[in-house]
Amino acid sequence: MSNNLFSSTIGRKLIMSISGLFLVLFLLFHMAMNMVAIFSLEAYNAVCHFLGTNWYALAGTMVLAAGFLFHIIYAFILTRHNLAARGKERYSEQKRSGNVSWASRNMFVIGVIIVLGLVMHLYHFWYKMQFAELVGKEIGGFAWADGAGYLTSVFANPVVVILYIVWFAAFWFHLTHGFWSAFHTIGWNNQVWLNRWKCIANIFATIIFLGFAAVVIAMYFKANCAACI
Amino acid sequence: MSILDSKIPEGPLAQKWSKHKAEIKVVSPANKRKLDVIVIGTGLGGASAAASLGELGYNVKVFCISDSPRRAHSIAAQGGINAAKNYQNDNDSVFRLFYDTIKGGDYRAREANVYRLAEVANSIIDQCVAQGVPFARDYGGLLDNRSFGGAQVSRTFYARGQTGQQLLLGAYAALNRQVNKGSVKSYPRYEMLDLVVVDGKARGIIARNLVTGAIERFGAHAVVIASGGYGNVFFLSTNAMNSNGSAAWQCYKKGAMFANPCFTQIHPTCIPVHGDQQSKLTLMSESLRNDGRIWVPKKESDVAKLRSGAIKASQIPEEDRDYYLERRYPAFGNLVPRDVASRAAKERCDAGFGVNSTGLAVYLDFSTAIKRLGRNVIEQRYGNLFQMYEKITDVNPYDEPMMIYPAVHYTMGGIWVDYNLMTTIPGLYAIGEANFSDHGANRLGASALMQGLADGYFVLPYTIGDYLSHEIQSPKVDTNAPEFVAAEKAIREKIAKLFSVNGTLSPDDIHKELGHIMWDNVGMARSEESLKKALVEIPKLREKFWKNVRVAGKGEEFNQELEKALRLADFLEMGELMARDALNRNESCGGHFRVEYQTSEGETLRDDQNYAYVAIWEYKGDAEPVMYKEELKFEAVKLAQRNYKD
Amino acid sequence: MNFTLKVWRQASPKAKGEFKTYQVSNISPDTSFLEMLDILNNNLIHEGQDPVAFDHDCREGICGACSLFINGHAHGPDTLITTCQLHMRKFKDGETITIEPWRSAAFPVIKDLVVNRQAFDQILQSGGFISVNTGGVPDANAIPISKKDADESMDAAACIGCGACVATCKNGSAMLFVAARVSSLAKLPQGRIEAARRAKAMVAKMDELGFGACTNTGACEAECPKGISIAHIARLNREFLSAKFQD
Repeated sequence: MSNNLFSSTIGRKLIMSISGLFLVLFLLFHMAMNMVAIFSLEAYNAVCHFLGTNWYALAGTMVLAAGFLFHIIYAFILTRHNLAARGKERYSEQKRSGNVSWASRNMFVIGVIIVLGLVMHLYHFWYKMQFAELVGKEIGGFAWADGAGYLTSVFANPVVVILYIVWFAAFWFHLTHGFWSAFHTIGWNNQVWLNRWKCIANIFATIIFLGFAAVVIAMYFKANCAACI
Repeated sequence: MSILDSKIPEGPLAQKWSKHKAEIKVVSPANKRKLDVIVIGTGLGGASAAASLGELGYNVKVFCISDSPRRAHSIAAQGGINAAKNYQNDNDSVFRLFYDTIKGGDYRAREANVYRLAEVANSIIDQCVAQGVPFARDYGGLLDNRSFGGAQVSRTFYARGQTGQQLLLGAYAALNRQVNKGSVKSYPRYEMLDLVVVDGKARGIIARNLVTGAIERFGAHAVVIASGGYGNVFFLSTNAMNSNGSAAWQCYKKGAMFANPCFTQIHPTCIPVHGDQQSKLTLMSESLRNDGRIWVPKKESDVAKLRSGAIKASQIPEEDRDYYLERRYPAFGNLVPRDVASRAAKERCDAGFGVNSTGLAVYLDFSTAIKRLGRNVIEQRYGNLFQMYEKITDVNPYDEPMMIYPAVHYTMGGIWVDYNLMTTIPGLYAIGEANFSDHGANRLGASALMQGLADGYFVLPYTIGDYLSHEIQSPKVDTNAPEFVAAEKAIREKIAKLFSVNGTLSPDDIHKELGHIMWDNVGMARSEESLKKALVEIPKLREKFWKNVRVAGKGEEFNQELEKALRLADFLEMGELMARDALNRNESCGGHFRVEYQTSEGETLRDDQNYAYVAIWEYKGDAEPVMYKEELKFEAVKLAQRNYKD
Repeated sequence: MNFTLKVWRQASPKAKGEFKTYQVSNISPDTSFLEMLDILNNNLIHEGQDPVAFDHDCREGICGACSLFINGHAHGPDTLITTCQLHMRKFKDGETITIEPWRSAAFPVIKDLVVNRQAFDQILQSGGFISVNTGGVPDANAIPISKKDADESMDAAACIGCGACVATCKNGSAMLFVAARVSSLAKLPQGRIEAARRAKAMVAKMDELGFGACTNTGACEAECPKGISIAHIARLNREFLSAKFQD
């Protein structure tokens, strides 16, 4: 057995926890940025411009991607390890224990849904925005300078709106468990804070869900209802 | 008689142990490495002995029948462990603890052993705290105490209602440390089936690997028996299902003498028997008698209504309750020793005041304490016990009193040992409940834990060195010696014989029958007539066992039925020796109550003139065993009738 | 009461197991679950069949020997008890009861419902102790310990090592078991001295023996017969990580 921290189960969990918290911070920042679009599309364009192909934006993107990759790779490693630990024979019948949350038992599955949503999201808002700007040409007939215009055009489609809301719901589930669990894994928890963290996690997940969903719905209305603009 | 030399050191009582320690020989570290010791059992005695011997540098092999050493039945001890720390400033002392223990044992224990026990008890508490045992503490950070039966001081240290568990986990941790170091090798799921004696010395054991069924030989320069008591001879007892007396019994059959087999402790506070499907009895800690009051109704009309379910206990007014322990024993009240409390309960039930449908139960009531201290305090003190009671009986003891009845709990008798804890076979030691030495005819509460740990941590590691110092020239024991071959062959034949019976009765069927014979005739009240009856019925049942038992499965596999059958075969012999011993002892003392010998008030009537001795039995094969006497000399205490009244 | 029992039967560690169905009748509601199995076994012996092997010993919920996964729950449907404390009054007359062994890679089946839990011993042997020899220790009252710390230590020390946490955990993780021991000793001044060494050794052994990683579902706490809190797992994480960062 190696003495390396990251070959231990707790060390690997620490990577999940730190990368997860980093992604949580990113979500918060992303949400704040999105919400600008509700109040002013011009301001949103300014933000897009600010986060265009500057070196700091690109570096940020790389770090963010690394965070995702770590989170996902270690999720695979740990899930495989855990499946092996469960053994070959399974219970013919296993019922839910106490108040164990559905999300906590299905973090990997929810994670897969999130990754699928992410592919859609990256196609919509990275490939056609930052990537297009990077290569210096328009993709799909969209001028990357007008982020706001593009935003409303994508969410004009109700199917896309529903897909995004489902995706946000997956985030909600993932965060209700992942948020407090991250602190627990770092060791920043005790008998008293256990329930407090769980409560904070629920509030936080709900804010994230509502914040993102509000933008998507607002954009839908801006696109489809002249009076709303 | 040289064979029964108790080797009690000369000199004043208080100096015997220090003097003895200074005089006995020790083994040098280099020589310890060459010596092997086998320890049978991993309860408080076995685990602490194995760990301490491993620390000293001996090569230790430790065996237990459970899947882990931690499951030994010491784990179930609830209330606490005694020590004369005098932390409560209530004038406790080593002498007082010694005196209470001798008196509690109704003057049938060896003074020197008991004094040593009281003397080393303080070190046990220190040792356990250093190991991380989370004893209860007061707000100032110092250790807390509670009271126990048979004492007028608070000297019992406790860890909630799980003291035995915590002490055992401490000893088990010390053992684990030695396993990690390689000085102790642990053999879980192994059962000792025979002792091997070579040239008159204990040289090893034959054990069965309970997982594979393989019969294996193990050699050593000394063997320590720490296998606990034989209370399960009664089938229903507070002992664990797998507790048995077989290891000790094999030693008896190989020449180790057995002392006071009839001394059995009946614990007063157990959950009553509910029916014939019951497999064991559950103890409710003696600590409950600190705050619980024991009573039955005064009026027979109330008893009838209780039994029919027309009224509940809580509806009986205060003036119609008979708090019989407080009435009979004003000085000690509900905290009289166990044997006294048990007999008093039986007396009331026999008089027709038993409160449940079987008529065999009395109340243990907390309403007074709840009124005085509040429910919270009671919950803090006994929460887990109350919960356990409710899970088993479906009755909430905060609202209605508990129902309790005496049950077999502990066997004071055991393998005879000298002051060094060595049996009559050189190199064979017996510690803890497996020996007879410290509790006389009745053990006080919270003293079993004390004895197990005293023997294992502080007595045996010294005394065994005295014997082993003569063994440093002995080579590794050769397990191919003819004695090992013969012992293994005998075991294989015994097992084959058990399978060959192929009758119609399961071991449990016969064990239950034995239990009834024992409880009815060799139980709480014994008489010449009942004992003679038992001496006829037990051999008959034994015959029935060997003619009609059915042992399912095979020998070479995990087979719990074979385990039961092998243990039962021994219980069927042990029960007879218990009856024989009880018949011999024409007096009442402690847990041994012969109805012919009682005072006008129904208390035990000892005969110090004729029976102030340890009855020691030697196995003689098919012939009747022979009894020897070790006279008990009392120098520090004056023999008197035990008085818990004033 | 009458019951239909669906019991896992497996002749040996390597043999293939399967469920077998048995009937038991005339069971008193006051009978304990294991007494019900005793009755089944006695019937089986009288019918010339092999009785069902199951681990049990003290039958008062403290030794930790009994196990059994009953109707989808470790130690059965009731909470805060072991199987031996479960009584038949908790079931409906005529109910079908499914009885399985603990299932986890680290707890292989020995026979029928009996599993090998020696991995727990091995974890504790790797460091679940305070390194003091017999004798030569200070007076018990020389180290004052606050009541709160002693109580918290005792909460964790209540673990009986039954393995319900591993059996219930979807990851087959032994974190609650390891945490209980680490936490119990870490809360005491005498245990702090080698707290770092202990946490590292025990986690390394736990990983080596093939137990899974904790995903904080809390199922272990819910099924633990002693109600040991997963807050102790947070303390184990803290102890382990701070120990590792000091290396």
